[in-house]
Amino acid sequence: MWPLLAIAVLVIGFAAGLNPLLVVIASALAAGIAAGLSPLHILAALGKAYNDNRYISIVWLVLPVIGLLERDGLQERARMLIARVSAATPGRLLLIYLGLRQITAAMGLTSLCGQAQTVRPLVAPMAEGAAEARLGAVSERMRRIVRAYAACADNVGAFFGEDIFIAISSILLIKGVLEQNGFHVEPLRLSVWAIPTAVLAFALQGYRFMRLDAKLKRLAAEEGP
Amino acid sequence: MFAGIAARSLRDRSAPKRFGNAAFWGLLAVSFLFGSMIGDVANGLLVLALVLLAGTGALGRSAPQTTSPREREIRANAHGSSIFIPALLIPAVAITGSVTLGRISIGGTHLVDPQQATLLSLVLGFVTALIVAMVWLRPPALAPLEEGRRLLDTIGWAAILPQMLAALGAVFALSGVGTAVGRIATTWLPLGEPFGAVAAYCIGMAVFTLIMGNAFAAFPVMTAAIGVPLIVHKFGGDPAIMGAIGMLSGYCGTLATPMAANFNIVPAALLELPDRNAVIKVQIPTAIPLLVANILLMYFLVFRF
Repeated sequence: MWPLLAIAVLVIGFAAGLNPLLVVIASALAAGIAAGLSPLHILAALGKAYNDNRYISIVWLVLPVIGLLERDGLQERARMLIARVSAATPGRLLLIYLGLRQITAAMGLTSLCGQAQTVRPLVAPMAEGAAEARLGAVSERMRRIVRAYAACADNVGAFFGEDIFIAISSILLIKGVLEQNGFHVEPLRLSVWAIPTAVLAFALQGYRFMRLDAKLKRLAAEEGP
Repeated sequence: MFAGIAARSLRDRSAPKRFGNAAFWGLLAVSFLFGSMIGDVANGLLVLALVLLAGTGALGRSAPQTTSPREREIRANAHGSSIFIPALLIPAVAITGSVTLGRISIGGTHLVDPQQATLLSLVLGFVTALIVAMVWLRPPALAPLEEGRRLLDTIGWAAILPQMLAALGAVFALSGVGTAVGRIATTWLPLGEPFGAVAAYCIGMAVFTLIMGNAFAAFPVMTAAIGVPLIVHKFGGDPAIMGAIGMLSGYCGTLATPMAANFNIVPAALLELPDRNAVIKVQIPTAIPLLVANILLMYFLVFRF
């Protein structure tokens, strides 16, 4: 039961608002010591795993291009473009993005969109632009809400779309684990049974985006110009 | 790229924390360039140094030269919508690459490892877009580095958090944290009837994911502990439906945890939100009803098909 100490360290550390990197190291130490590993062994294990997972940070290579385009007005252009569409509201725009994200992820195109590739340069400024065009004055607080919802659209769309694609890593993992337990299942069956949840996720999140429009309208009225 | 950014950080005399920034991004460059050569212990020390720099607040935002909002508006009008072309090139190249690259083989050997085709294509997309943007917009030669630094500094230490959490997952696996959690789940939960088992499995997936930050870590443990022995063997449920909906229950947990840093913490930094939990707060009202819906879906479907 001692390894659970590592989880206690994580929860307390995060709750106390310490720097997450420090919390992670402390938790790794706690887990290793509880399992009877020497500090050097823990350090080596951590170093090896960190090195093996370098591919996760590859996505940052996108930053110079995005920054360069921002320098030449990418976000501003996205804002202008959306302001011209009179039917566009932040909620509707995010609903469309959610749908697109789910469909492309379901076709296996998970890396087509992402927080760094699409949300920061395009989706968030477009949603903000739509809010400005529809509501006029938009306070800093409203902007932050709109941006957080834009990030949320990307996550929900990716999570509840990707499992419909038969060759995604999560489907392969499910198949592998079930096989270890003596069941042979076709990946296609797993994909099909991911559809009901995907539809519900779209309906639920879509409803929340419609509510977002109402909420922004109320905030705009309260805070006034 | 990280080395370049480190060098520029060092020379930026206006930045209050230029040495901290330069050291951090410099160490990251070392990790990317030499990580495979220096051995596990040296990598561990490198991680420790990165964490100490971040933990002691040695990192700060800087103000690299960029264009003003007014200039940007003028340029946005001048370029029109063609400014989107380089941005759209990234996914276009990435998709074409991931579909074709893995299949090209010369004399029976693959040109690139099919496993890495997607990642490589993505990088290829970044590079293509960068070249097109440089040729077309003709910015100063150092602009990509400076703009990259501007964005990277807004993300700060959160940039390595996803990788650190993946490493933590590996240490957890080594120390048997997962099995300990699974044992607790099975001893304390009400599992006597079908609905109880389904609810315990789905909620277990979500809570386990909440703690570990990754549904992939939760799935093997919960499935072996509750899913297979109870839902499938005892109550006769269908393993495929259980697996599919079980994994998606785990994703409800992913929506609500700071441990899933690349989905929840990094975007907050990227979008310059002062509250690093802002994205999670917006996602929790989706995660909870969706988890309930998953439990009901599994209960109604898994024993029927």
